Amino acid sequence: MKQKRYLFIIIVILFAACAPKKECCVQPEQLEVTLNFTHNWDLLELTKQDFNELKFTNANGEQLSIEKLRYLVSNISLLDNKNHHLIDVGENTETSISIPDLTEGSYALSFRFGFSDEDNTDGVYPDLNSVSFNVPEMLGGGYHFMQFDGKYLDTNTEESGFNYHTIRAIDRTDPGNSKFKDTSFEVNLGTIKITNTTEIEIEVNLAEWFKNPNTWNLNELNTVLMPNFEAQKIMSANGKGVFSLGEVTP
Amino acid sequence: MTSNIKMKKIHAFFLFCLLLMNCASNEEELYTPIPYNLKIPALFAEKLIAPIIPSDNPLTEEGVALGKKLFFDKILSGDLTQNCASCHNPKKAFTDQLQFSAGIQGEFGTRNSMPLFNLAWNFDERFAWDGKEFGLENQALEPVSNPIEMHANWDRVAEKLQQNPTYPELFLLAFGTSKIDATLVTKAIAQFERTLISGNSRFDKYLLGETSLTSEEQNGFDVFMDEAKGDCFHCHGSNNNPLWTDNKFHNNGLNAIFQDLGFGAVTGDPNDNGKFKSPSIRNLAFTAPYMHDGRFATLEEVINHYSEGLKRSSTIDPLMKRVNDGGVQLSNQDKSDLKAFLLSLSDTEFINNTSFQK
Repeated sequence: MKQKRYLFIIIVILFAACAPKKECCVQPEQLEVTLNFTHNWDLLELTKQDFNELKFTNANGEQLSIEKLRYLVSNISLLDNKNHHLIDVGENTETSISIPDLTEGSYALSFRFGFSDEDNTDGVYPDLNSVSFNVPEMLGGGYHFMQFDGKYLDTNTEESGFNYHTIRAIDRTDPGNSKFKDTSFEVNLGTIKITNTTEIEIEVNLAEWFKNPNTWNLNELNTVLMPNFEAQKIMSANGKGVFSLGEVTP
Repeated sequence: MTSNIKMKKIHAFFLFCLLLMNCASNEEELYTPIPYNLKIPALFAEKLIAPIIPSDNPLTEEGVALGKKLFFDKILSGDLTQNCASCHNPKKAFTDQLQFSAGIQGEFGTRNSMPLFNLAWNFDERFAWDGKEFGLENQALEPVSNPIEMHANWDRVAEKLQQNPTYPELFLLAFGTSKIDATLVTKAIAQFERTLISGNSRFDKYLLGETSLTSEEQNGFDVFMDEAKGDCFHCHGSNNNPLWTDNKFHNNGLNAIFQDLGFGAVTGDPNDNGKFKSPSIRNLAFTAPYMHDGRFATLEEVINHYSEGLKRSSTIDPLMKRVNDGGVQLSNQDKSDLKAFLLSLSDTEFINNTSFQK
């Protein structure tokens, strides 16, 4: 009788031990999210095939072409650690960024255009040094946020180059006392619910760099913009309307 | 019956012999070449991503030594009169200081001989002025068979190497086979070329805190880095990119009309017409004349071109500023200082390095 009782107790203990074990070992599904940066000019889709032609018109009425376009995004919120990505539209590199090992849930999606001052340390990123994305020390060092080169039809209807390069703004009016302004900015794209492997489109409207809130005049501001403190602030302000959330496809 | 047993014994004996022979050849193939320790300058290690070493052609002591021997051997040319060094002389930073180079029959090409150094850091792996060769191994194929260069037949070259008393053994040690072909020859040459590293100029020493610049050199560097003056850094590297080139293709305003399409002839895209690779500005003291067609004999001419000699064309790079004025209009002092800075990137240790010479 006693033996039967012991046997019963052992069976109960075994069942009890098994039950929580089963719960603890269920692994949450690992999901992959891909961020796809797509580019447009006021909703007109744009790829490298559209480069080198004066086919775009900015808010100021100037016809322009794109010859080189690469820009830096950093600290994408879906990634744990500090991170940065140089998106090169002409070379089609990093226009898609894969983020593996996410679990189901809601996530705030954000990133920074360029580097914040904290991350914008001169010469410390070999991947960016290797593609010459640096800013000269005389301008405070660190890195470009964007290199957007092209040509526009000037007032003499001649094609002239423009170098819309964004960096941390520097005011060198007083040579001994340079002033800096962090012109990188946070892009918040809201909360995304991830329930499956998901593709998230981030739309990049390049026309916005030239129109909102400041109408950009390429005949006045075209080259040597890196040392131009006011121009950098305007570019930063206009950039805030460039990025938006596109399609989210689970 | 007896004869059957005998036959079986003979078969067994032959099989045994075959096995032994097989073992002997395995013994040869088992030799493992010694990995080559690439001496990467401190600034390169700190500032740049890793060099490109193809997984199917790792650097080995034996492979590099063989590549060096081949680089300096005239056996690669059709009439045994030229080697790679005929146009790529180590004492001249692996150029020949001629506008165009003559091939074995005295015919001239239309491109200036490019210097050879830091090639493992050409991350896009497009070689030659027009980027027509992908990968160093492929690049080494072309000059040997080009009718206006070494004008040899690769099969014949391989045959001559095969009959040579030394080479089969060297290939065996480097690649595990003594059967020589063009692929292995170019692999060996590419290995040697990847060891040609130049990173010890005065300016490098300055960046490492080992020396100081003259005021002229310092101002010249400022002109180089100033977007409102030289604005050279967007294409030619900086203190943070010790390659001093972006290895990309640009139209730097040399011609209004293109005689030579350059990169455009390779890609077939008219938007690439007139574009050529930006060369490194290291070792300019040893590599005159300059540009893809060697049109400028001196550095002064080069600087004058960017200052007031630019010519407008459909594909001129947007980084070329003030094209209507001919360029950025540097003062004489800035021009002179810019030259002083450029010369501070001369690496005499590189051109005198006996490891790179015959």
